[in-house]
This record gives sequence, C-alpha cells and structure tokens, in this order.
Amino acid sequence: MKFSLWQRMDAIARSMFPVTATLLLIMASMVPLRIPDLAPIIPSLSLIAVYYWTIHRPDLMPIWAVFVIGVAQDLLSGSMLGVGSISLLVVRYLVISQARFFTSASFVVIWSIFALVAFLAFFVMWIFTSLLTATLVEYSSATFQYLMTLAVYPGFTWLFVHGQRLFLR
Amino acid sequence: MSKRSGNALGLATPIRAWAQRSAFVFFFALAIVLLVLGRAQTPAVERVRTAVNDAIAPVLELATSPVATVSDTIVSTRELFEVRAANEALRQENERLLQWRAAAQRLEDENRLLRDLNQLTIEPRTRYITARVIGDQGGAFVRSVLVSAGARDGVEKGQAALTGRGLAGRVAETGRRAARILLVTDMNSRVPVLVGNARDRAVLAGDNSPNPELLYFSPGVQIRVGDRVVTSGHGGAFPSGLPIGVVTDVRENDVRVEPYVDWSHLEFLRLVDYELPGILSSPEDGLAKGKIQPLKPAPDAAASDANAAGSAAAAGETGTAGVTAGAVVQAGGAATEPAQ
Repeated sequence: MKFSLWQRMDAIARSMFPVTATLLLIMASMVPLRIPDLAPIIPSLSLIAVYYWTIHRPDLMPIWAVFVIGVAQDLLSGSMLGVGSISLLVVRYLVISQARFFTSASFVVIWSIFALVAFLAFFVMWIFTSLLTATLVEYSSATFQYLMTLAVYPGFTWLFVHGQRLFLR
Repeated sequence: MSKRSGNALGLATPIRAWAQRSAFVFFFALAIVLLVLGRAQTPAVERVRTAVNDAIAPVLELATSPVATVSDTIVSTRELFEVRAANEALRQENERLLQWRAAAQRLEDENRLLRDLNQLTIEPRTRYITARVIGDQGGAFVRSVLVSAGARDGVEKGQAALTGRGLAGRVAETGRRAARILLVTDMNSRVPVLVGNARDRAVLAGDNSPNPELLYFSPGVQIRVGDRVVTSGHGGAFPSGLPIGVVTDVRENDVRVEPYVDWSHLEFLRLVDYELPGILSSPEDGLAKGKIQPLKPAPDAAASDANAAGSAAAAGETGTAGVTAGAVVQAGGAATEPAQ
C-alpha cells in the first residue's frame, strides 16, 4: 500500500504536535497577564508537557526535542542558558527508566509521581543556579512555582489528552 | 493505551539501552557546555539570545494587545463608578503639583545660577525611549522583562529603565526590535546608589526577592528606615539621582530597600538614553562579576572602597572627575582623608 505525498506530510505534521504544542505553550506563558505577583510563580508548562509526552508518546518527544525545549525556555525567559535543558533531561531520564511502571499506572498515581519528579526538576534548577552564581538563591518563589505547576497539572493533562485524540488518533 | 511505535531498526535491547544512555549523556554534556558558554557571556550566545528575542517580539506584541484590551476594559469599567471622587482628588492633586512645579522651577533657576558660580560642567543631555513590556513571566530564577524597543529605536545595553515612580532596571540585551531589561530585584543586578539625605554611597544588590539589599556601605554610616535610595551615577551607566526606593528594614548586615516601582503594573518602561560617549565601560560590570572584591563593612574595606571608586571615577567621569573623586574619598570613611 502506497501513501501519497499529502498523506505523508499530514502524518509528519501530526507527529510534530507534541513538540510544537509545547513550544507554543512556552511562548504563551511569556505574555504579560497583568496579574499581580504571577510572574515569578508562573507554572512551568514545559515540565508538564515533557513529563506527559515522555510517558505517553516517548517516540514523539525525542531526547533532542527535550533539549531544544529546554534551550527555548531558557532563551525566552532570560534565565541561565542550559539550566532548563538539564532539568528537563533529568525528567525524561527518570520517566524513561521507569517506562514499564507508567503503562499501567492510574492518573492519580502519575500525578503523584509528577509531584516527585517536578520537585527534583526544580531542585536541579535551584542547585545549578546557586552553583553558577555562587550564592544560595532565594527558594520561596521556586517553591511556589513548583506548587503552581503541580496544581495546573490536571488541566494541562486534560488538554494534552484531547490534543492526542484529535491529532494522533 | 500505550502506542509505542515498534523498534524500526530492530536493534537488540542492550544496544538500544546503550544508545539511549549515550544520547542522554551527550545532551547532558551539551547542556553543561551551554551553561558554561552562557555564564562566560560569550558573544555568540548573546547574539543567539538577541536573535530569539527579536524573533519572538512580534508574536508577543500581538498576543499582548488582547490581554491589554481585556484588562483595560475591566479597569475602565471600575473607574467609571469612581469618576466623581477621582476627579475631585485629581483637582486637589493638580493644585498641589502646580505649587510643586513653581518650586521646582525656582530651584532649577537657582541650581543653574549656583552651577554657573561653581563653573560645574553641565550634565549630559538625556533622551527617553518609551517601550511596551511584552514578556514578563520569567519564572522563579530570574527577574527580567522583554520590551518592544531595540537598537533601531536607539536602545543600548546599560541604559536605565524607568517607570513613572522610579528605576525598574537596566537594559541587559538589545536586539534590533526587542530588548531585555534586568530588573533591580534580579540576583545579577548591582546598582551604585546614594542613601538618605547624607547621600552615603552603597550598592543596591538584587537577590530575586521583592526587596533588594544594600551592600558595600562604609562602616559607621547611619542608615535608617525611610531613607530614600537614588542612583549615584557612579560607574557611569545611569544618570545620578533617579529614584529607586526607600529603606524598609535595617538589621545587622542586612539592609533592605523597597523599590517604588509597582511590579504588577509594569506596562510601559521609559529607557533613558544618557548621551555620554564611551561611558558604558567596565566599572559596574566589574562589580557585578565580582572582580572587585565584596566590601562588607570592615576595617580595611574603606581604603579599598575609596580606591575602587576613585578608579571608577577616573575611568569614567572625566568631565567632573575632580569633583567626584573628592566626594568619593570622603565617602570612603576615616581611613583615607582627602588630601586638601
């Protein structure tokens, strides 16, 4: 059975959905919403996206894409280059190494594991930022950002599930 | 419902695991390399940063306008109910401000006369560039915003960014049409300041908390809660006298300043083009990178403080070098009396 050019392009475009959606989310989270004190604790959507897609479609969230997403996040937010990539790579590594566990896990379990993984990711960011600036970086806003990320996780998972059904059958 | 695609290359599991692990190691190492390059402020990295800022600026500008519209509509609806009261308050404030204007004009005239008497060099001309804030959600580890003005509008690295209330930060990166402003609360921000009526020199250092810290003031300097903090102009990047904030907390080795700027309503920033040629040089950068040693109040600190500041003045402010250097040595404390 042969696929036409259009079918093949359609398939490629669909398979790019996870990475494209993640990059768009990062961009969207940059827009000033004029909500007092939101900026420092804005949830880290890239963390949610990389975690979700590495569990459900690791083939569509390859390691180079994780790296690129981290770089994009760092460049756009103006934070230290490389720190975002490192924390996202750690997330991917943790998830991939336990891939078999996730296949049968329920949503609540996956969310609870996310609490752990995201904590580690923020901890890695904090450690590297502190090491590079040779100071103990203030951690209260990182803690709040972590809690915010945890809180919005179900909402974005819902979004990704629907996106997955819509674009990836 | 796992839909992992089959192993297309038909590799054996151990080889695949090895390939996965080495890919991880490769990208992890790449990230570390980026970290080092970024920290060393490599020109290439800076160019990439500005290129990305430029590329994203039009998208963010577009996305900012509906948000602005919605938020403006909410605000104006609320204001509609308070119009009468607001009008009365504004009338009174206007009267008060008119008196202040008269006072300011009188002072300016007087100032000019006194300057003429002293034959003091006139401060350089300043020009303002107004820019809209188009990106401000940096996350937990950075306090910076993106604005929609760049090199084509005359924005340059090191310029001061102001709101109506006071100093917000300085330009850290400039693209063609966008620039990143490092806020005074960021942990990489260091601003030379003057504190209180005595105009004692210090450095305002951000640490990502809402209230930046005052560092490097001379021993014996009395700093009180309520003291005004303004830019000193030392290091040359900023005009002197820009308001920053007030001292809110004085403890041993920990003096905190509350900036005047309302961070939750950062919509426009005015960038000050301080037309002084060749002034954006190393002194301030040197402080930020830690080349000049931290000068906590200590016996020998005063001497080196005076040295560092003296060289800064000599390097930068040639026009008023004599005056500034004299003032600096006095501020340096008892260790080095000015040679009169």
